[in-house]
Amino acid sequence: MNKVLLFAVAMMFSGQAFAEDFFTNLFRFKGVKPMNNDLYNESCGECHYAYQAGLLPKKSWEKMMLASELEDHFGEVADLEEADRIAIRDLLVANAADTSIYKRSNKITRSLAKTPDVVELRITNVPYIKRKHKDLKDKHVKLNPKVKSMINCNKCHREIDKGIFDDDTILIPNFGYWSDIED
Amino acid sequence: MKKTIILAVSLLLSPVLAQANVIPGMLEGYKAEGGSNFSAEAGKKMWNKEIAQEDGSKRSCVTCHNADLTKPGKHQRTGKVIAPMAPSAPFVAAEEGDEPRYSTEKKVEKWFKRNCKWTYGRECTVQEKGDFLMYLKDL
Repeated sequence: MNKVLLFAVAMMFSGQAFAEDFFTNLFRFKGVKPMNNDLYNESCGECHYAYQAGLLPKKSWEKMMLASELEDHFGEVADLEEADRIAIRDLLVANAADTSIYKRSNKITRSLAKTPDVVELRITNVPYIKRKHKDLKDKHVKLNPKVKSMINCNKCHREIDKGIFDDDTILIPNFGYWSDIED
Repeated sequence: MKKTIILAVSLLLSPVLAQANVIPGMLEGYKAEGGSNFSAEAGKKMWNKEIAQEDGSKRSCVTCHNADLTKPGKHQRTGKVIAPMAPSAPFVAAEEGDEPRYSTEKKVEKWFKRNCKWTYGRECTVQEKGDFLMYLKDL
């Protein structure tokens, strides 16, 4: 009897946890899928923000993560141990924009569909992302010592680790909230 | 009595644990792979050696790591701040999850590989890596 009771109680709690998780995630399908992988963070995040896989399609990650490509990774040598390279490539491909149900990933995929022959390696060249940033001036990014470059997403996108890019989460250092600047 | 022994042993070990430095072990490893007589002098010489690049500019370890190895360096191209190379330099975590230099062998090898290629256009030999570590370890 005791065991049955214990089981029932356990089920109740796991059901609640499941429901919570489900609803939070339901809410979050808006942005891109957050990533929390230690190997990825350590291997790539040492030099730059560890961009979510959902920001580029499969074919982009497949090319970028080739050993020959990592030798010249936007002008830097970014060699990885072979096992790590494969693991990270698989992680990125499995969560790529064109496999994702997240809203912004879908918009990225759709914006790239017009140029199916292009394998885009730069997130900043994705048409959807480019369009979203078109009103930014050099003073906000390039000449802003606290931002410096468009590659530093997290300097302004304060909720990026959760995969959230909404306007009210954009705070440009030295300038303030984007929603205030825009007007 | 038992407690006293435990206390004594932990006191003895604490400086070792605090510094967890992989350099001695790596030097042993390089020896086993064929390196010998590692020299701080040779390491220093190579560290400062300027290599002409395709675009006409010159590159050495100093280009990004700062001539004063107890001070932070700055990446020539990206501007990224690089933690000081000297083990004696106080450790400052720039971001969550940062660890002091020379705490994992994998990370040292990762950057040897990348930076030797970036600077010399090839991977370094075990001898060269041993020389580098000899030079850096007592700074």
